[in-house]
Amino acid sequence: MKTLMKGNEAISQAAIVAGCKAFFGYPITPQNEIPEYMSAAMVNAGRVFVQAESEVAAINMIYGGAAAGVRVMTSSSSPGIALKQEGISYLAAAKLPCVIVSVMRCGPGLGGILPSQSDYFQVVKGGGNGDYYTPVYAPNSVQESVDLTIKAFDIADKYRTPVFVVVDGTLGQMMEPVEFKPVTPYQIDVDSFATNGQSGKRGYRNMVNSLNLSAIGLEKSNFELKATYDEIRKNEAMYESSVKDGDEIALVAYGVPSRIALNAVKALNDKGVKAGLIRPITLWPFPDEAFKLPASVKIVLVCELSMGQMIDDVRLALNGSVPAHFYGRTGGVIFEPEELVDAAIKVVGGGK
Amino acid sequence: MAIIYEKSKGLTERPLTYCPGCSHGIVHKLIAETLVELNLLDHTVAIAPVGCSVFAYDFFNCDGVQAAHGRAPAVATGIKRVAPESIVFTYQGDGDLAAIGTAETIHAAHRGENITVIFINNAIYGMTGGQLAPTTLVGQKTSTSPFGRNVAHQGLPIKVCEMLAAIPSSYYLERTSVHDVPHIRKTKAAIKKAFQYQVDGKGFSMVEILSGCPVGWNVSPVESMKFIKEQMMPYYPLGVYRDGGAEI
Ligand SMILES: Cc1ncc(C[n+]2csc(CCOP(=O)(O)OP(=O)(O)O)c2C)c(N)n1
Ligand code: SF4
Repeated sequence: MKTLMKGNEAISQAAIVAGCKAFFGYPITPQNEIPEYMSAAMVNAGRVFVQAESEVAAINMIYGGAAAGVRVMTSSSSPGIALKQEGISYLAAAKLPCVIVSVMRCGPGLGGILPSQSDYFQVVKGGGNGDYYTPVYAPNSVQESVDLTIKAFDIADKYRTPVFVVVDGTLGQMMEPVEFKPVTPYQIDVDSFATNGQSGKRGYRNMVNSLNLSAIGLEKSNFELKATYDEIRKNEAMYESSVKDGDEIALVAYGVPSRIALNAVKALNDKGVKAGLIRPITLWPFPDEAFKLPASVKIVLVCELSMGQMIDDVRLALNGSVPAHFYGRTGGVIFEPEELVDAAIKVVGGGK
Repeated sequence: MAIIYEKSKGLTERPLTYCPGCSHGIVHKLIAETLVELNLLDHTVAIAPVGCSVFAYDFFNCDGVQAAHGRAPAVATGIKRVAPESIVFTYQGDGDLAAIGTAETIHAAHRGENITVIFINNAIYGMTGGQLAPTTLVGQKTSTSPFGRNVAHQGLPIKVCEMLAAIPSSYYLERTSVHDVPHIRKTKAAIKKAFQYQVDGKGFSMVEILSGCPVGWNVSPVESMKFIKEQMMPYYPLGVYRDGGAEI
């Protein structure tokens, strides 16, 4: 049965369906519906909800909850995610699974509360210290937010890593019909790592730690992380592409702006400009595969609600095969399909 | 042959890494003995801070977590809330608890988290090489207060027990010292009380322990014990600052 829900509420309910046992958060617009929803729903479900004193405390509560071996989630928005970065680095290093929702707003600084994608770098390239990555899911509808949040919990458990779900403020506030299907969660071996105070039952004690003062020892744990990241890169990249042989231009967009880009692609095709759309669904691992383009495609136009961040990864994926151009609005301004059409026509026209 | 003394089963086989004369070792022993005596070891989680005791997870013979600098009370909250049947304690230095982690400390107490905090007040940052701590005494010279702590410049040292005593949901707060055997015994009794309160579900308990850091203070171990007695105790009075169990 489908129900009409706001993106932020749907993400919250998805976490509950996925078996999230504890939520720790701190208020910040435009993600407040998540802790608000959780403050009632988690308690009603007999689970844990704590409003922390800061994002720093919240992510460290997550570290504790994850260390104790249960599914945990936190959510925040850009300035709050900035404060969580140290904790995320610790979670990655200690191989603790958790889900972090980032409802992006515009910056830098306090910026504004309107939707934005200017924190692609923040979630994809990290910001915490050290050599670590986090898988990042970027849905473009309320239903996909639900499905990917549920998936994020499984991926977190499977690879023992923090996982991001990123949406922009629009998706968080948007209402669409959604369906929650029954979930069979990935079965993580809790006894193998959890510090839940059951050393007696288990017969041995567990330790959660990221410290290693031996150079060789620490290099080894970095190699282990790298092996996990290689597996994730191999198995977990997701994208959608409508680019086909004969197209001259490929537009690239993720999240809600990909829906605007899709309208632009339709309009371009109506005007006789053969265009397709590539929509990365995972921002890390980046779907490099999607950028092995038919020979007809001569140009790529990356459309983001930022000053150009994902375009760096697009260029790496293209590896010089064709030029990548950029069109973006920011500060909370959202582009219209017509702007993308004009930008596409301009770049396809090239020197004409 | 009768065994007269043996290492507590609450500690692992791993040799402690503290400097000779350091008080961390004494306090580790007291905690380990308490966990064994109260029969808690097999369901306890120890949370190590960033500081000289960063390896505490290696020393206590129970589950162990290493937390980011200052965040141990938040990590403890996460564990205790999802595993309420476990016994959770943090072990923190003064830089960790009273500088970078002040907010986490105060809010854990405010929420009345049912955890135990063992607070090592050695008036200095030991691990990073003897810098000024929030608890460094007025006039005390450290590597970042070479002219001595000056109230006009660095303010007064923080009195953590007194500060937390203002919080109604702090259930048990006591300041003790480990500078001689009678005080070590009193410290053990305080630690035991703090853990017992957690077992009984009473909420936030903390024992602040005046401790010696001979290396950071640049004095001999014997002189460090004298420093606690003569310099620290007058500014940091020992005693019970809150005891929910004793109030009628
Ligand atoms: C975020 C962060 N800032 C600074 C440090 C460096 N650091 C390591 S230990 C320490 C001070 C510890 O002092 P204290 O808590 O008094 O414990 P002690 O070493 O005296 O036992 C500092 C500042 C760090 N590891 N992480
Ligand atoms: S530096 Fe001080 S606190 Fe650290 S181990 Fe040495 S004596 Fe102990």
